[in-house]
Amino acid sequence: MTMLDTMRSYMRRDQVFEFLIPDTPPDLDLTHGMILYLEGITVSFDGFKAIDDLNLYIRDGELRCIIGPNGAGKTTMMDIITGKTRPDAGSAWFGQQINLLKMSEPEIARAGIGRKFQKPTVFGRHTVIENLELAMAGDRRVWSTLVARLDGEQRDRIDEILDLVGLSEMVRIRAGSLSHGQKQWLEIGMLLAQNPKLLLVDEPVAGMTGQEMERTAELLTSLAGSRTVVVVEHDMDFVRSIARTVTVLHQGRVLAEGDMDEIQNDQRVIDVYLGD
Amino acid sequence: MIRAALFSKDTGGGILLILLLLAAVLVPAANLALDPGSPLYVSTYTMALVGKYLCYALLAISVDLVWGYLGILTLGHGAFFALGGYAMGMYLMRQIGPRGVYGNPLLPDFMVFLNWHHLPWFWHGFNWFWFAALMVVLVPGLLALTFGWFTFRSRVGGVYLSIMTQALTYALMLAFFRNEMGFGGNNGLTDFKDILGFPLQADTTRAGLFTASALALAGGYLACRFITASRLGRVCRAIRDQEDRVRFLGYRVENAKLWVFTFSAMLAGIAGALYVPQVGIINPTEFSPLASIEIVIWVAVGGRSTLYGAVVGALMVNYAKSFLTAAMPDAWLFCLGGLFVLVTLFLPDGVVGLLRRRTRRTGPRPDILPAAPGEETP
Repeated sequence: MTMLDTMRSYMRRDQVFEFLIPDTPPDLDLTHGMILYLEGITVSFDGFKAIDDLNLYIRDGELRCIIGPNGAGKTTMMDIITGKTRPDAGSAWFGQQINLLKMSEPEIARAGIGRKFQKPTVFGRHTVIENLELAMAGDRRVWSTLVARLDGEQRDRIDEILDLVGLSEMVRIRAGSLSHGQKQWLEIGMLLAQNPKLLLVDEPVAGMTGQEMERTAELLTSLAGSRTVVVVEHDMDFVRSIARTVTVLHQGRVLAEGDMDEIQNDQRVIDVYLGD
Repeated sequence: MIRAALFSKDTGGGILLILLLLAAVLVPAANLALDPGSPLYVSTYTMALVGKYLCYALLAISVDLVWGYLGILTLGHGAFFALGGYAMGMYLMRQIGPRGVYGNPLLPDFMVFLNWHHLPWFWHGFNWFWFAALMVVLVPGLLALTFGWFTFRSRVGGVYLSIMTQALTYALMLAFFRNEMGFGGNNGLTDFKDILGFPLQADTTRAGLFTASALALAGGYLACRFITASRLGRVCRAIRDQEDRVRFLGYRVENAKLWVFTFSAMLAGIAGALYVPQVGIINPTEFSPLASIEIVIWVAVGGRSTLYGAVVGALMVNYAKSFLTAAMPDAWLFCLGGLFVLVTLFLPDGVVGLLRRRTRRTGPRPDILPAAPGEETP
């Protein structure tokens, strides 16, 4: 009898086999207004604690700057959020529902977290437009990419991004022959094409001129609100020009958090970072 | 703006296809219609030899697809080629029927010799051509799928993966050398009589096989070109250059690798299946690690990441091999090794790269700029 029931359950037409359901993560749930929760995160490399009981909360739509001396754990923190490094302890949630520690890098990227690396990492042997095409949001499965064509809407979007990052004249140039600053812009463009909810931006203005820096600041501030932006940066002038809330990391922990004035007047921060 | 037009920016491929189609018609015609005294007559021996090279060229394309575009240096593609060849060989063995030396209507000669009384289960079905043709792609495909599933998911890459592919083909060679495996042991499968009812020794059958090889090579080239010109192809090249970055863009690298690798193995299987009736034998030496390394040399000599470069390389090296093994048999392996060293040192983009550099110097193409210093080295 049970076998018959099993058979029947297989024949039911109103259901789909479990393995046919694509394993998309649950939708981003922002009911409490928080987009990222990092709680009690600890990572050690060969006994050295790169991140030590880190607690960090990012509100939806926020523009957050993270500063700290070298080795404070800024890049490691981004590695954890994007799934590159697994913490020894702690939890990381994207919204209320998505557990980042259970997902692979591509799954996290598809769930809506985009990352710009410290060293600009574009595909050097692809042209500028191909770089953007690869980053463009869309179906990432093998067959879909085999038959994928850019539709008019995506093309317009790419043109728009090219305008925004000032590379319209260079669509057919290999990304490897761009200047350092142009690579930075291209990677920012790729981040925009990916259209993530949360943007992790690691040192966006390294190697940029003052004018380019201003444009980057403008761009990042305009993105905040509709998206959430987390910027790691060394350049204090740049941080001052965009920051609303600043978090200071030191030795893998949050040392201080507040607006720029509070941070600049905090004695502990002055001691470890700003003082020298 | 990005058009996956198959032939845009692909002069080399266009020339290759035209030559292949011409050869598919003209070579058999020159063999069958012309008088042996005519200066344009192509002997059956030459036709069979070139037919064999065309199968090697298809194999080289399949290696270029995974090495040149995906960055997987496979040193075991000979295994997929040989498996395809064995599937075809099994069909050809079953076609012999009672005409074997022992006259057994069901069992191939080597089984009678080993005192076997039943056909092993895996030999059933190979009396039908369609079944054998299916196995030619399915067996290499399944092996590649299983192998890739385990290796790509656990992110094995680089030299470790190369060593594993080498081990794979070596293990298969040892297995196929055993008589108990039921594939003819070290003698392999041979003494074929006919294919689809046509006698294999007849010139017309040879001509048909030649045409089939040329068309298969053209089809294989087009299929690979379709993949490499698609967005999947651009994802593959991105994986080759910066695998981690592709993951952070949300692509599942292991899946792209798995399917392209499997497709490439199937292509190699088809090459093997066309090769066997033309050379008349398949034995375990096709699985030898050295054979697989030779394929990589063909691709390196011709030029990686162009597909047609692999064809050029396979034809050139194999012609040199045929010539030298007859003229100076002892020198061949030294020449092969020397060739590889020279190409690696002086021609990183192979023969095709050399030709391209020439044309670029005469007429620069604005759309393809030379990569920045340090980017060019593979």
